[in-house]
Amino acid sequence: MKTIEGKVVVLGAQGVGKTSLVVRYIGKMFSHHISPTIGASFFTCNINVDDTRVRLQVWDTAGQERFRSMAPMYYRNANAALLVFDITQPTSFASIKSWVKELQRNVEEPLVLCVVGNKTDLESQRKVTREEAEQYAISIAATYFESSALNDCGIEDVFLCCASGMITLSQDKLVKTLRVTPLNQEREGSRTHLHQVPTNEKPPLCC
Amino acid sequence: MIMENVNNSSGMNTESNTHDVLDSDQITNDESWKNKSRHIFIFSSAGKPVYSRYGCEDELVTLFGVMQALVSFVQDNDDAIEAIFFGNKLLVFLIKGPIILVAVSRNKESVKFLVKQLMYVYNQVVSVLTLTRVTRIFEQRLNYDLRRLLAGSERLIDHLLTFTENQPEFLLDGISCLPLSSAVRESISQAIISTCSKIKNLVFAILIANDKLITLIHMKKYVIKPSDLHLIINMVSSFESFKTAESWTPICLPNFDSSGYLHGHVSYLTEECQACLLLLTVDADLFHELSEAKKKITEKLQRNQSINVISNVISNPVLTMNNVNISTVRHFLYKCKKSSHILAPPMPPPYDTPENSIELLQHYQILHSAMKDGSSNLRLIFQQFKTEVMLGYVTEKFELYVTLDPLISKASSTDAVDKLIRWIQKEEDKFFIPHVPNF
Repeated sequence: MKTIEGKVVVLGAQGVGKTSLVVRYIGKMFSHHISPTIGASFFTCNINVDDTRVRLQVWDTAGQERFRSMAPMYYRNANAALLVFDITQPTSFASIKSWVKELQRNVEEPLVLCVVGNKTDLESQRKVTREEAEQYAISIAATYFESSALNDCGIEDVFLCCASGMITLSQDKLVKTLRVTPLNQEREGSRTHLHQVPTNEKPPLCC
Repeated sequence: MIMENVNNSSGMNTESNTHDVLDSDQITNDESWKNKSRHIFIFSSAGKPVYSRYGCEDELVTLFGVMQALVSFVQDNDDAIEAIFFGNKLLVFLIKGPIILVAVSRNKESVKFLVKQLMYVYNQVVSVLTLTRVTRIFEQRLNYDLRRLLAGSERLIDHLLTFTENQPEFLLDGISCLPLSSAVRESISQAIISTCSKIKNLVFAILIANDKLITLIHMKKYVIKPSDLHLIINMVSSFESFKTAESWTPICLPNFDSSGYLHGHVSYLTEECQACLLLLTVDADLFHELSEAKKKITEKLQRNQSINVISNVISNPVLTMNNVNISTVRHFLYKCKKSSHILAPPMPPPYDTPENSIELLQHYQILHSAMKDGSSNLRLIFQQFKTEVMLGYVTEKFELYVTLDPLISKASSTDAVDKLIRWIQKEEDKFFIPHVPNF
């Protein structure tokens, strides 16, 4: 058994639910009254995929415009990016595209890209179609997910995709930022999520 | 330039014009909007709205236009508008380069007090964006809409304004400390120093709880002013999100260095102990090192039990007027001049309602400005208000403002104040941090 330690950056416009997604996954809870992130918050979690333990260092960034210029500090040396938008806000989908351009310009090593359309609980107010988002994801070699942090739906798959993507990346000789070490001791204090590698490559459906 | 009466000066007729404009706007017609005790507005020198404390800026564009016209009208004569008095209201202007701030008050505060409040608001904007960035933005585009960059930060300004109006810390330029025995406080400081002394570029380590200071350790040669500390405390208490996870947050301290950010590792000690630790550095790459340091500090505090002491004090406030137990003394504010630490017990009945506590604070403000603003160097002031007597006493070492029973004689009031001073001196170690340690 070995461990891989990699950095995940969560990007997207203000109020799309970045923190809610991360807190739902790592803290197993949801709050309607979450206050805006200031700068960035840092979380860690472990995901076991077959015989590999993937330790994710998650940087949940602030969506406010004023922190935009600080983003390079958070995405530098990232191995995966979660690009989150709100399916009821077309501008938040547009903002994903500018994030992708920025990442392509500034991050040298290959990245696992996940595009996440959040707030499927507001299906009736949807303004960005699944087809449009899926097509965009394919065009940038990303995987597309839909999620609802409110209903705890579709989130596990996003993080699992990050983890298994990092395992694939770790076999790439170009990738130098992923830390691969043989597993010796259980680290205490961080939650471990047990998973099987998904055999089905299609994006999972969300409620 | 200070205008006593706006509609008597050469062809200005500002008051009547302003009313015409107000009438054309729906929101400014709204009684509850008009009756707010204090409005605060920010706009750019090009007249673009940046912030209004009440109501949406977009609905107030004409009003912003009028304010901008007032400013530039006076500027055309190589002068700067400072204040306008009309009826029972007071308008105060603060012009800081491309940013203009206006306060409209009906509370009879001094111009000086309102200028200080506007200065705080301006510093909050600088703290969010840095002065360098504000200057550059407006150099590049004079008509830039600053709301784009301040989106999400309005709550910082709202929260700060409430603080300036409700807390004696603002009036006295001081910091309240969480009451702890000096031995416990020393052991907390030592836990932080022993963990952090080898970390390069760590400028400040600050531990706060309930908006009060537990300890502050600084790099040699660098000090932090109370007004910067107020901005830090304001940030921590404005955003619940700091409780969810460790944060890596840029913050500019205008009195320390307005040109750039410090990077702050911000986290609460544990879920049970709601004390917030801030480790501020100039090094943007220090997050993981500071994250490790925080873990070690928490472990040390757990081992020496001080974390439990902190939790206890947070949930059971030690200081009340009952502890002081001097029957004629209803309330007081005390500031130690050397450390700028203050002692301000929670206001007891009848001052514990929002209206009464604000009124008492206004009385303290009257006392404070009588002693500070005047040209005469007053040391002692005894003033009769409608429902209380108040006494201000300033020495080399401290400032003291006391609220006493309304029918008390001067002689017994000085007796009571002597007793109070003795009580404070006896308890000094618990309420103040005698010397601020460094790394």
